[in-house]
Amino acid sequence: MNLDLIADITTAILVSFGCFLGIIGGLGMHRLGDFYSRLHAVGITDTLCSFLILSGLAFQAGLTLVTVKLILVFLFLFFTSPTASFSLANNAWNWGLKPENLPVELAESYEGDDS
Amino acid sequence: MKLTASLSLFLSALWLLLSGHYDILLISMGVASVLFTIYMSHRMKIIDDEGHPIHLKGQFFKFWFILSGKIFTSNIDVALRILGVKPIQPQLIKLKLDQDSDLSKVIYANAITLTPGSASLHIEDGYLFVHTISREGAEELLNGDMAKLIPKGITGENQ
Amino acid sequence: MNILLTGAAIAIMFTMLLALIRALMGPTVFDRVLAVNMFGTKAVLLVAVFAFISGRPDVLDIALLYSLLNFVGVVAALRLVQRGKEYAQKKLEEDAQ
Repeated sequence: MNLDLIADITTAILVSFGCFLGIIGGLGMHRLGDFYSRLHAVGITDTLCSFLILSGLAFQAGLTLVTVKLILVFLFLFFTSPTASFSLANNAWNWGLKPENLPVELAESYEGDDS
Repeated sequence: MKLTASLSLFLSALWLLLSGHYDILLISMGVASVLFTIYMSHRMKIIDDEGHPIHLKGQFFKFWFILSGKIFTSNIDVALRILGVKPIQPQLIKLKLDQDSDLSKVIYANAITLTPGSASLHIEDGYLFVHTISREGAEELLNGDMAKLIPKGITGENQ
Repeated sequence: MNILLTGAAIAIMFTMLLALIRALMGPTVFDRVLAVNMFGTKAVLLVAVFAFISGRPDVLDIALLYSLLNFVGVVAALRLVQRGKEYAQKKLEEDAQ
């Protein structure tokens, strides 16, 4: 009984924090100015937001096959999301879309520093 | 051969976990689909140490641990930037890829993409173009914080 | 617990709405594909939450399937964009000749 209550509270905290992050990511889609910045907003919803919501649900399910399925959903999302966003970003770059409001001289100097 | 065996074991375990029914009909369907998948992967020639890296273990636990911590903190950082607490300063930087094998380059680029706030865009002549949302994130990457994390000496078994 | 999960479902739907608006507005085709990718991720989470609201964990299989389809959909859309550009360039060159 008491254990159930603890699991419920953990679920409540994790799921509500995850939904909050999801809404921030959705707002980011509108607040950020150009395509390349919006990639980062999607990065939030793909990693921590889905992790928090799915782990909150796992606390409800307990140690059953359902939890294994939740872990698999998370792993699929986690491993496909960087591939999808790299392929998007690379396609956009090859298409010729250049990042906006970028201090070019700073990028040049960084380039010099690094090599 | 070892890779094929481990791949078929992995696929069968996945089938058994996901189906949840253990009668003759469904198990034989599972065996058929595992064999079909193995046949297709052989035809596509994707069963190699890159497509199915079983030799990556041990050293990876520490890497995943540190990477998940980094993902957590950078999530908070980007969320604060979206809410307007911290400024948004998009940057484009060029990082030198001095990893020894293709696999560790892939891991490096994917780790950069996985952490919100930085995304790899393009690879050209051994340089990786990275877009970051903040100046601090750009400096961190240029200092090689992420490059240090990548486990050393990851090469394929056949190389 | 169901009230909380229903609230979570509403929050996820609100995020999906924001992504959908970006998909409709998006200045470039990549913004649209990015928004559709985000929409798909949130749809997976919504299906997972719905499985727990309705008390039928079998629905999670749909979430699993959709998480894979979403990835394939993004890659397919990007290939279409790339092919379209190559086709348009070829057409321009042919017209010039």
